[in-house]
Amino acid sequence: MRSAAVTNVLWKLGAVGLALVLTTGVLVAAGAPPLAAYRNILNGAFGDWGNFSDVLIAWVPLMLATSGLLITFVAGLWNIGIEGQITLGAIGTTWALRLLQDSSLPPGLIILLAVLTGMVGGAVWASLAGALKTFGGVNEIFGGLGLNFVAVALTVYLIFGPWKRPGVASMSGTVPFDPALWLPTLEGSRLSPWAVALAVASIVFVYILFRGTYYGLRLKAVGKNPHAAYLLGVPTWQYMMSAFVLCGLFAGAAGAVQVTAVYHRLIPSISSGYGYLGLMVAMLVNYQAIWAAPVALFFAALNIGSIQLPIVLKLDSTLAGVIQGTLVLSVLLVEGVRQKWTQR
Amino acid sequence: MSTDALFIGLAGVLFSASPLIFAVIGETITERAGVINLSMNGTILLAAMGGFGAAASTGSLLAGFAAGMLIGAVVALVVAFASITLKQSQVAVGFVLALLCRDLAYFLGNPYVGQAGPRLSFVPVPILSSLPALGPLLFNHDVMTYLSFVLVIVAWTYLYKTRPGLMLQGIGERPAAAFVRGANVKALRYFYTLLGGALIGLAGPMYSLSVKAGWKGTISGLDGLGWIALAITIFGGWNPLRAAFGVYLFALLQWLGIVLQPVLPGIPSQVLQVAPFPLMIMALLLVNIGNAEWVTRTLARLPERTRHAIARILRAMRASPPASLGVPFDSE
Repeated sequence: MRSAAVTNVLWKLGAVGLALVLTTGVLVAAGAPPLAAYRNILNGAFGDWGNFSDVLIAWVPLMLATSGLLITFVAGLWNIGIEGQITLGAIGTTWALRLLQDSSLPPGLIILLAVLTGMVGGAVWASLAGALKTFGGVNEIFGGLGLNFVAVALTVYLIFGPWKRPGVASMSGTVPFDPALWLPTLEGSRLSPWAVALAVASIVFVYILFRGTYYGLRLKAVGKNPHAAYLLGVPTWQYMMSAFVLCGLFAGAAGAVQVTAVYHRLIPSISSGYGYLGLMVAMLVNYQAIWAAPVALFFAALNIGSIQLPIVLKLDSTLAGVIQGTLVLSVLLVEGVRQKWTQR
Repeated sequence: MSTDALFIGLAGVLFSASPLIFAVIGETITERAGVINLSMNGTILLAAMGGFGAAASTGSLLAGFAAGMLIGAVVALVVAFASITLKQSQVAVGFVLALLCRDLAYFLGNPYVGQAGPRLSFVPVPILSSLPALGPLLFNHDVMTYLSFVLVIVAWTYLYKTRPGLMLQGIGERPAAAFVRGANVKALRYFYTLLGGALIGLAGPMYSLSVKAGWKGTISGLDGLGWIALAITIFGGWNPLRAAFGVYLFALLQWLGIVLQPVLPGIPSQVLQVAPFPLMIMALLLVNIGNAEWVTRTLARLPERTRHAIARILRAMRASPPASLGVPFDSE
């Protein structure tokens, strides 16, 4: 048993080593000093409290998206439409804030209602992908991709149409909301403890769902073998649909946080790619909830840490994406080699 | 609008659609062999950057297109190795590559941003280009656009009218049967995935050396095209002719968005630009809904004449994926 655990760790370390070799190769090919680049990323992410609070700000939507995706992955679904679900969450939140901002309700209640509306928005968009799969026979990958485009189209339409800034509409988004309607932040920081609490709650929820509930167990059965689960009396499509809706709720919350705590308005690329990044995190942790939080934090740190690369080292900040992608690819390939190896 | 302007506009549609033709035919061939190459969005970007870089530094357009093909084939090789040899999830590997190659393109392409590079020139076909209407429409393009017309016809003929083409269908539909008939399923899947990848890769330099000449990093306007190509492949029902129709329809809708701008001043131009996407998803639904079980059940309850009419429409729209798409093959 112990030696199995040791071998497991060794294979994982091998994958990380491979990723490190590959990214260093890319850096050398680009004529960049690898060590300086890595040091810069670490410094940019953990250098001081200001940097680290930025990492946490990025961690919140990524964690929310990943939590939702763990549920759809366990149900055997590739919810690539998560980007659109985050976007619809942001649209729902913006809609509620616009509707209620001039009312006499206390700001705290308005924010709460807006976040809830965003979650519903994400769930509605996710159930569309679910309905396309269940009733339309459209694979969730293709339906989800289509819905992502529709969500972006809808955002652009709202920003340039009904919700445009007085005067001239622009890609910079809608009119920012009154600071009273922003999620309260820590003194002297842009970090909102409420947002962090929401993200922590999401992963705890998913962990308990998988570990301690009958629903989670049946969902796993549906994911492993839908036909067998159906024969054993699990209402398969209802379970898949519920996984979509749950994921949509979390994705919607991510969009709501982007509006109420980060941008304070609706912008065209409001999802910031956190949905796709969440898919990568979920794949990297092999769909195990317990590892999702630290890995998401590491990915958020890479994103934030590389922001200053263009200024300091004249490197493009997409280096973060290169490292993340190489890491996930290495883990997938090494896992494949390992399976082939042990089969012999 | 005068007829001349109309034909020149439509010629522009054929021209701007040509890279997507290569990408969609490449993906169709790959998926026909039973492999999904989900990396397209990243592959096209990386090939666009690499192709532009190679052409700009050597001054040779040929080097640019060769680099694009090579990049597409190498990415496809990773997909093939991971899925055919290592039996890992094709979707997972393809998706990671889609993101990784995109970021690699932006990262490695940084020095080329805004650089001047060569550009493919138009080569009117003698005599034919002076035909009325057809001349400006079909015979006044660059070489790659002509090749895109040829590719559609060749791919269709190969797939449906030749023995190796039938074998290609076989390894995607019933690999075990093809294996019994003596086909080396794994080797053929490798071959068609790499061939398809090379065609997808060609789409990159077709953008960066022709349709959207130059490399502008994140604002090159190429991000997302690969995902659209993937959707059109499904819409095309894995049939090269129907896939080409999907590509031209998409390009036509985008062009109409620009042309109709002055006629519909109430709608912002950014909205008309994205209008094809909702239409695309409706089309996907129509193509797939005939496959759903409840549709068959509901149809059975309708009066006979209505049932026949609806069933005929659904059958005409419908497309089923190759039966073994995404399923690894084991000869044992």
